[in-house]
Amino acid sequence: MDILTWTYILVGASFALYIGIAIYTRAGSTKEFYTAGGGVSPLANGMATAADWMSAASFISMAGIIAFSGYDGSVYLMGWTGGYVLLALLLAPYLRKFGKFTVPDFVGDRYYSNKARVVAVICALFISFTYVAGQMRGVGIVFSRYLEVDINTGVIIGMCIVFFYAVLGGMKGITYTQVAQYCVLIFAYMVPAIFISMQLTGNPIPQLGLGGVVADGTPLLDKLDGVLTDLGFAAYTSGRKGMIDIFAITLALMVGTAGLPHVIVRFFTVPRVKDARLSAGYALVFIAILYTTAPAVAAFGIYNAIETVADKPVDQLPAWVGNWQKTNLISVDDKNGDGIVQYSADPAINELKIDKDIMVLASSEIANLPNWVIGLVAAGGMAAALSTAAGLLLVISTSVSRDLFRTFKPDMTEKRELLIARISAAGAVGLAGYFGVNPPGFVAEVVAFAFGLAAASFFPVIIMGIFSSRMNKEGAIAGMISGLVFTIVYISYFKFISPELNNVDNWWFGISPEGIGSVGMLVNFVVTYTVSKMTPAPPQKVQDMIQEIRIPRGAGAAQEH
Amino acid sequence: MSDNKQKMQAYWKKNLRTLLILLVIWFTVSFGFGILLVDQLNTIRLGGFKLGFWFAQQGSIYAFVVLIFVYVYRMNQLDKEFDVNEE
Repeated sequence: MDILTWTYILVGASFALYIGIAIYTRAGSTKEFYTAGGGVSPLANGMATAADWMSAASFISMAGIIAFSGYDGSVYLMGWTGGYVLLALLLAPYLRKFGKFTVPDFVGDRYYSNKARVVAVICALFISFTYVAGQMRGVGIVFSRYLEVDINTGVIIGMCIVFFYAVLGGMKGITYTQVAQYCVLIFAYMVPAIFISMQLTGNPIPQLGLGGVVADGTPLLDKLDGVLTDLGFAAYTSGRKGMIDIFAITLALMVGTAGLPHVIVRFFTVPRVKDARLSAGYALVFIAILYTTAPAVAAFGIYNAIETVADKPVDQLPAWVGNWQKTNLISVDDKNGDGIVQYSADPAINELKIDKDIMVLASSEIANLPNWVIGLVAAGGMAAALSTAAGLLLVISTSVSRDLFRTFKPDMTEKRELLIARISAAGAVGLAGYFGVNPPGFVAEVVAFAFGLAAASFFPVIIMGIFSSRMNKEGAIAGMISGLVFTIVYISYFKFISPELNNVDNWWFGISPEGIGSVGMLVNFVVTYTVSKMTPAPPQKVQDMIQEIRIPRGAGAAQEH
Repeated sequence: MSDNKQKMQAYWKKNLRTLLILLVIWFTVSFGFGILLVDQLNTIRLGGFKLGFWFAQQGSIYAFVVLIFVYVYRMNQLDKEFDVNEE
């Protein structure tokens, strides 16, 4: 069978599975809609968190970015996993004990202020929309290449699927759909990686294959260092970014991970505090399987691409180059007319342009794997994009129905609240679709901004809310606003207002817009602390609540408030 | 009541010490070995890897996983010791 038939079968089967699960587990109450009823097992929650977490950017873009930036790509590997340590140790158990439904719930109660709650809602909406835009673009890319439809049609199909299970099933539907999506995406990622690792290094475990030797007996990474420096690029295992920038970006991604609302809410769905800790551990195991494979996929991909395309005759290029030229993600331009493809760091000589996003999607074709593997990768890319989109859409709809409507209309019936939650989920799907059709930028870059904003807004106020009982509402509101404004201004200045100045000479302390969330976080910490010191201590009731959430016992009861 | 309060303070103090130790390791394997000391560690080889590069792209992630499970184990013990564990 050809690639297209396999793709239709595998993508179709996976969609049928998700919809079946959504119908079977649809939510009947607000508690089920927001937190899946609070009875999810730690193992299932770990899988759902991993799928929620691993987005189109992790699945499609990350290995490509690492392939073209080598050591510098480590920021994503360490940043997007190291945040789970912070999450497990500093946030998850306490938020679970607090036991409400959302992050703005916690901020609003802990800082005894509806103003703080509204600021938190705005942060959550801002982060989620920034992030969901990237996901929808990912859906479009996968659809346009594999189902050979228009990107816009692809986005609309994706919207319909997400609409169905997010609006109908709420958190309960999403949780079990995400478990299925994790299985699909990890299988789809591992199969080609194992095949390619075998082909190149003879080792079936990609994590070890990365350190293995290629056919001529040299270690793969040394070979890559040599090939790339010969072509004028930086060596694969050493970076070009400044150390302070690498440090700042890694920190921003870690702290951002721990502050992302769609990840935090997943820890509200388990029965006990100790389950929240354990499920963070399971989540990281499931994430680590993909994240330790990604650097291997990256190195194999760039090695294969250079070996099969660079310095080869233009009319004898492999078939995958032709397939991807149709999507404009790869282009060959024989500038000097010698009939040979020159690949070089010098843009005047270089004749080959490869979009980073194709490294994972095309790797199976580059390595000549069977057609069903290629169809499987399409289904995996879909699973990654859809699971994250659904998690984000739920945060958006919950923020609107629970944190906005309910705050100002506390006597609303549950049925009405559930209806508002569903309507806002539908509205959010529509808006996400708009972003998918009119994408604001490159997938992983957009996502990096969402992290900067999460790092600069939520993380400090939640941490200080738990670990210091002296922090008060004045401090929290001032801190969130100053962290957020600082970060948005810095990023917008270099990305949108004066992009021509976006280089290391103009950055503060050599920190790029991707890493500025770390500084935003420090601003937030300092402002929150200082303002709190100068204003009255929080009421006794709140201080008692902080003592209470530090003790694990009684988490089940806390949720019934 | 104040007896209980003292006990909870002791529990919290032990909790904070556990966190501090684990976070120091977290910082060392990622920011330390993967970033600040990467050039020095790259002179050492681990099979086909340079050690600093290995920590940056794989080693720190393995360490993170171990850290969380150590934390889960240690906190479960602490909860039992102070009788604040859940059914």
